[in-house]
Amino acid sequence: MAENPTPDATRPGHALELRGVSKTYGTTHALRAVDLDAAWGRVLVLFGHNGAGKSTLLRVAAALVKPTAGSVTTAGFDADGNAGRVRAATGYAGHGSLLYDDLTPEENLRFYARLHGVPDPKERAAEVLRDVGAERWAHRRVRGLSNGMQKRVAIARALLHRPALLLLDEPDSGLDVQGQAFVDTVVRAVADGGGAVVFSAHDPARGLASADDFAVLRGGRIAAHGETGSTTPDEIAALLSAPAEAA
Amino acid sequence: MRETLRAALTIYAKDVRLELRTRETLFSVLAFALVVAFIFTFAFEPSPQLIASIGPGIVWVAYIFTAVLGMNRTFLLEHERGTLDGLRLAPVPREALYLGKLLSVVTLLVTVEALMLPAFLVLYDLSLFNVWFIAIAVAATVGIAAVGTLFSAIAVHTRAREVLLPILFLPVALPLLIGAVTGSREALDGEGWSGMGGWLQLIVAFDIVFLVLSSLVFEYVLEE
Repeated sequence: MAENPTPDATRPGHALELRGVSKTYGTTHALRAVDLDAAWGRVLVLFGHNGAGKSTLLRVAAALVKPTAGSVTTAGFDADGNAGRVRAATGYAGHGSLLYDDLTPEENLRFYARLHGVPDPKERAAEVLRDVGAERWAHRRVRGLSNGMQKRVAIARALLHRPALLLLDEPDSGLDVQGQAFVDTVVRAVADGGGAVVFSAHDPARGLASADDFAVLRGGRIAAHGETGSTTPDEIAALLSAPAEAA
Repeated sequence: MRETLRAALTIYAKDVRLELRTRETLFSVLAFALVVAFIFTFAFEPSPQLIASIGPGIVWVAYIFTAVLGMNRTFLLEHERGTLDGLRLAPVPREALYLGKLLSVVTLLVTVEALMLPAFLVLYDLSLFNVWFIAIAVAATVGIAAVGTLFSAIAVHTRAREVLLPILFLPVALPLLIGAVTGSREALDGEGWSGMGGWLQLIVAFDIVFLVLSSLVFEYVLEE
């Protein structure tokens, strides 16, 4: 199993570097020649309508999907040929919880901790469950938990191996205000610890408030990017609703 | 290699824990095997001579249908639960995922095969408690699982996932099945090693080839 990397904002390069990344599924172009960087110690939010390519971009970054063209460098590792190291350096939480319904959160986390080579899986599982405020539900089957609680446990799963780069696909979806605040706390803790976070969001106001940098995806292309202080929610909303030719 | 084995055993232990908790696969597969074995009792009058001749064929038809049903669920359940990505995200060699699932399939199939032994005794007066038959059955089951686990992972990425496994599996596994049926007949005829040794060697060779090949290509099978 690959060694778990330690987040370090002083390390050279970027947490994530995409160069000319394209991904096609049959005749559908999910990503088109995307160039994008995510810096250490910062949080990057991806905006885009459904089908814009946000999820595909995150899955490519997590080495879950191989790009059709272009190069992906995650935590200093070229994903082509170093997929194991990329996976060890990356924590990913997608739309699904990736949890087994008939196991408890504690059993799920112990299983994934062992797969990730985490020392003392039982202790680490208990620790992340405490971190996400799910220790009360640690020994209930996942199928009996609310969507919001499953989401918290799913994020706990992504944090188990202390990833340098955290990738979250619409982490706010299905969460109440308290849950959203929890996501903000987790995201900021990873970035402040020297790691990096890339997450996707639909709500420009919330996304910009939680991140340092932003990128807008339209039709699989980067339509805009920069620091969150350089734009407003209205500008992002206008960009998202503009006709495709204007992007 | 040690870490591959550790990851494989982690996946295997998880599968066993899930199956012990839900029993959904074991019970459905066992019920199917019993139905298949039972249906044949209506097809002919099971005289001792006839059973000696076609008994091994009936046994393996039941085992193979059962195996296809059980193996189909191996990756299908992970896919339906959405947990396949969780396995794919693990920083472990892909052959560890293959080996872990293979161990789960072998355990399921051997358990069902063992539980079916009394059923064949009751329905056909066919005693399969024979060391050579058991050797053939275990070796053939490993081969069935080696091919089936690989094809199950391939099938799960397709729309026709429910029907693709038997279409892919049965032609490839044909030499194994011929060896299993013929070797079983020789074993049950009391021929011992002289009668079934060659067939057992064929099955073991098949097992080795497909275990190695499947481990090597599994990385590409899991790619999206």
